Amino acid sequence: MPKVIKNVGCPYCGTCCDDVEVTVSDDGKRVLEVKNVCAIGTQIFMHGGDHEGRIKLPRMRQPDGSMKDVSFEEAIDYTAKVLLKAKKPLMYGFGSTNCEGHAAAARVMERSGGCLDNCASICHGSSFLAIFDNGYPSCTLGEVKNRADVVVFWGSNPAHAHPRHMSRYSIFPRGFFTGKGHNSRTVIVIDPRYTDTARVADHYLQVRQGHDYELFDAFRMVCHGHEDDIPDVVANIPKEKILEVAEIIKNARYCNFFYGMGLCHSDGRNHNIDIAISLTRDLNEFTKCTIMAMRGHYNITGPGAVWSWQFGFPYCLDLTKKTMVHMNPGETSSVDLAMRDEVDAFINIGTDAGAHFPIPAVQHLKKHPFITVDPHINMASEISDLHVPVKICGVDDGGIVYRMDNVPIQYRKVVDAPEGVPSDEEFLDAVYNRMVELEGDGFL
Amino acid sequence: MADKILLNMITQRSIEEGIAMEIGKPSPEYFDACALIEMNEDDIKELGITPNTNVKVTSESGEVVVKAIVARQSCYRGLCHIRQSVWANQVVPPRTQSTGEPQYSGFPVIVEPAPNERIKSALECVQGAVGLWKGDE
Ligand code: SF4
Repeated sequence: MPKVIKNVGCPYCGTCCDDVEVTVSDDGKRVLEVKNVCAIGTQIFMHGGDHEGRIKLPRMRQPDGSMKDVSFEEAIDYTAKVLLKAKKPLMYGFGSTNCEGHAAAARVMERSGGCLDNCASICHGSSFLAIFDNGYPSCTLGEVKNRADVVVFWGSNPAHAHPRHMSRYSIFPRGFFTGKGHNSRTVIVIDPRYTDTARVADHYLQVRQGHDYELFDAFRMVCHGHEDDIPDVVANIPKEKILEVAEIIKNARYCNFFYGMGLCHSDGRNHNIDIAISLTRDLNEFTKCTIMAMRGHYNITGPGAVWSWQFGFPYCLDLTKKTMVHMNPGETSSVDLAMRDEVDAFINIGTDAGAHFPIPAVQHLKKHPFITVDPHINMASEISDLHVPVKICGVDDGGIVYRMDNVPIQYRKVVDAPEGVPSDEEFLDAVYNRMVELEGDGFL
Repeated sequence: MADKILLNMITQRSIEEGIAMEIGKPSPEYFDACALIEMNEDDIKELGITPNTNVKVTSESGEVVVKAIVARQSCYRGLCHIRQSVWANQVVPPRTQSTGEPQYSGFPVIVEPAPNERIKSALECVQGAVGLWKGDE
């Protein structure tokens, strides 16, 4: 009899839906059906377990450019040697691994004296910078669901990037104080594109791309009673619209700002987030107001939490000094390290730097040993010297995952991984042990 | 009508890209979802082409051929969008303004009609860039 497993967490986006129902085959090896999951999440579950096409052995690149299957022992030995030989190796990724994997990676990179970075480096890194400077008056998604009667999406498009966010937490659900669901809330979308999220908004502000800071500034001026000094149009938005929206937010019972890459990736970067936080603080003079980063991968919040606990910093860790950690985005961040040709070995894990880094950065990294640890074929694996398949956390491996609001959730294994395929943690621990062995044998 | 136009390019996620990415980046679904540039209808007209024509997009750090479509999540004139993908990253400048984040949103590109040029596959884009591309097998 196929088995139905309830309350499973979805391993794709930072919404971390934990109400998924998965039907698995008799032998526990295949996912047959999934419920309560969006179109993207469905694909993830369908690719788990033991099925045709799943990579079951590491693949090593041969001198003729082709890939050849090798044993896990060989892959572990090769990775350990690359790390020990390199002067400044870089391990990057971790959006799609569990916190146990993040901790194991930290052990490995501390021992090898390299740099350790996660996907926040290229997405919400600027949020961290602003949060260090200005604090983070945030909340949980449950609070938004139960309390928020005004919800602002600024430079974020959950209809595409977090498909169930609006129905589970931010717009449609009925909460304790928001019993009428969507009718209890006013939704404001601020984005240069008329996105699918904007279609469900009560107010849409088409901000001129890259001019968010000016618009935040105008809202802050209203909060401070200087509305007379605002020009007639700010960043494409007429003054009347700014005053109207400011009035709605000031009169909210509870307002939350959700912001995304539209702010982090546009000119201004951390300054955009900084002023968003300042506006949130200002609004608390009038109402209760909070702010939340729309984190992308289901566990990209995880490495920030784990490494802050281990080392005191969330990302861009430089462990080369061994006795102390140093973090300086712009200097110790992956793309900058790559562009300065400063690293001499690269391990891509639980992400796809091949597809998501600007191509000049990929070209630099590829000059040196390049290893990918990922369950699937991706662009990084296809240019790697070694590709190591691992279990998929949330499908064939369990573990702790941090949702976008920093709430940890225990993910569960629903199907068996192909035999012999390790988890990220198991693989990294084996690499660590091999490094200890090699060092003991006087390698190098 | 112009031979080429200067636009401000942004890259962000899309659900089509998310689904296709999980099917697999070498898949035709990923190609169909991402090898596109979304533009304002009038900008497409200004180039003297019809929607669904290939165009060459050039930035300070590279170039890529993609298909021009009218943005469904509309762009105003002067703004264009390539979904976060292998194709977008052929032209995204790697400079990070000291934050670690490349310039994924808000950089100038020149767009010109390229009706006879071929759109490269994802694998060809990436393997080609690092000297591993051996051609379609
Ligand atoms: S919204 Fe995100 S977490 Fe929820 S089912 Fe979709 S991809 Fe999974």
